[in-house]
Amino acid sequence: MKTTQILIAGFGGQGILFSGKFLAYKGLMEDCQVSWLPSYGPEMRGGTANCNVILSDTPVGSPIITTPDVLIAMNTPSLQKYVDTVVPGGQIYVDSSLIDIKVERNDVDVFYIPATQMAKNEGIATLANMVIVGHLLENHPELSFEGTEEVVEKLVPAKKAALKELNMKALNMGMTYNK
Amino acid sequence: MAERILMKGNEAIAEAAIRAGCRHYFGYPITPQTEIAAYMAKKMPKIGGVFLQAESEIASINMVYGASAAGMRVMTSSSSPGISLKTEGLSYIAGSDVPALVVNVQRGGPGLGGIQPSQSDYFQATKGGGHGDYRMIVLAPASVQEMASLTIKGFDLADKYCMTSMILADGTIGQMMEPIVFEDEEPKTYEKPWALTGTECKRPHNIINSLYLKPEELEKKNFDRYEKYKLIEENEPMWEEYMMEDADICVVAFGIASRVAKNAVVTARSEGIKVGLIRPITLWPFPVAPISAAADKVKAFISVELNMGQMVEDIKLASQCKKPVMLCNRTGGMIPSPDQVLESIRKVEKGDN
Repeated sequence: MKTTQILIAGFGGQGILFSGKFLAYKGLMEDCQVSWLPSYGPEMRGGTANCNVILSDTPVGSPIITTPDVLIAMNTPSLQKYVDTVVPGGQIYVDSSLIDIKVERNDVDVFYIPATQMAKNEGIATLANMVIVGHLLENHPELSFEGTEEVVEKLVPAKKAALKELNMKALNMGMTYNK
Repeated sequence: MAERILMKGNEAIAEAAIRAGCRHYFGYPITPQTEIAAYMAKKMPKIGGVFLQAESEIASINMVYGASAAGMRVMTSSSSPGISLKTEGLSYIAGSDVPALVVNVQRGGPGLGGIQPSQSDYFQATKGGGHGDYRMIVLAPASVQEMASLTIKGFDLADKYCMTSMILADGTIGQMMEPIVFEDEEPKTYEKPWALTGTECKRPHNIINSLYLKPEELEKKNFDRYEKYKLIEENEPMWEEYMMEDADICVVAFGIASRVAKNAVVTARSEGIKVGLIRPITLWPFPVAPISAAADKVKAFISVELNMGQMVEDIKLASQCKKPVMLCNRTGGMIPSPDQVLESIRKVEKGDN
């Protein structure tokens, strides 16, 4: 049984829920069992947002993630809050343009990506989330980069067609980062 | 096969209702179920249906009462405090024997409580809520797929028995997205000779009413209604059993709690603990048969709930108190972790309960 539990956390407006949706749809396309659970509580109204995405070969039990395999941290409070919950051997993705602390664990793989800066340089600052997701896809061959365009197509409303290309650009930047 | 699509639990309820032939939705927004109303607002006008945001919960349930009396498939949805406001209408609907589908995507209580997931309206849903001798059929979905299938089932049962079906969900199942498949099925239809559709001077007037001033008459109404409830208790309980064949500990949980419990059961089994799960799908009628059968085999029950243990009473009744019933719970919008459930299972296994 292979199950990947992905926790994405940051501020409202960073596309936390959107990147979760992207991963859930990608999983669906790869014939995974998936669940996507957003935070909808007072913490969201106060500005922070998080999203639980589970991709599995077998039916998903609880959709609530307490020990993620993968953590995407888009701001410092999120990293501090969840860093110790990641399972040993797990992965942590850090937006290093917004977070200046380091992960002090040796039993996890940490990827520091200056995603917000990279996105800003291209004039797409709000797509830092997708830069990180692009890098995650690169590290998760089971999700493969193939078919990402189709997923973006599904998620970006027709009215905002211009965003499709920009999402793809952000994903590609993340995928090729550090190569 | 139809396509697997990703959908929020709340949206799945709304889409399923439309597919079940519901063309009348009356509601009032409240977190965490507002997506149902939003979906209806978007879709209903396009298919010739009615979406109406009433001035209050009380108004909306009475609109449901009226549309149902006219023979329509009709629904409303709300969350805990809003359902409390609707209970007067629910009692009138019960007293008038008309069908309705009511969705409660529960949040923590009592009072205004919070907006996080909860199962603390179990008593209210299964034991009444409003005044008078009455019951509602209570369905407890544990997945987005079931949010849809039980909505359709709920409409059918409501029409079949002329009473309210309640979908008792919670904020998690309402907000989460999962893959779901909609089969192309024609909605079932039921004859409603009692409906107020206009006599066209061809038949006597139908009267829908819950007022009976002669006690003999009102008593007979209640006796007859309980005959109907007896039939439902015999024919309609639904449940799922998981690893119960050789179990000597039985976890009982519904809705989101059952999914957390299932994770714990899987882990406990890997430790060699013989534990199984009974998941009630109907909370009323409560699945007495499997609990009663389990009571002769297992050494204890563990009720996993997002409340202070409201289902424990029903497990004790169904098992005739033959075995102890432990409680593993969180409340106020908190959800037990699989580890907390696992700890309860280990405790019972070791015998220190």
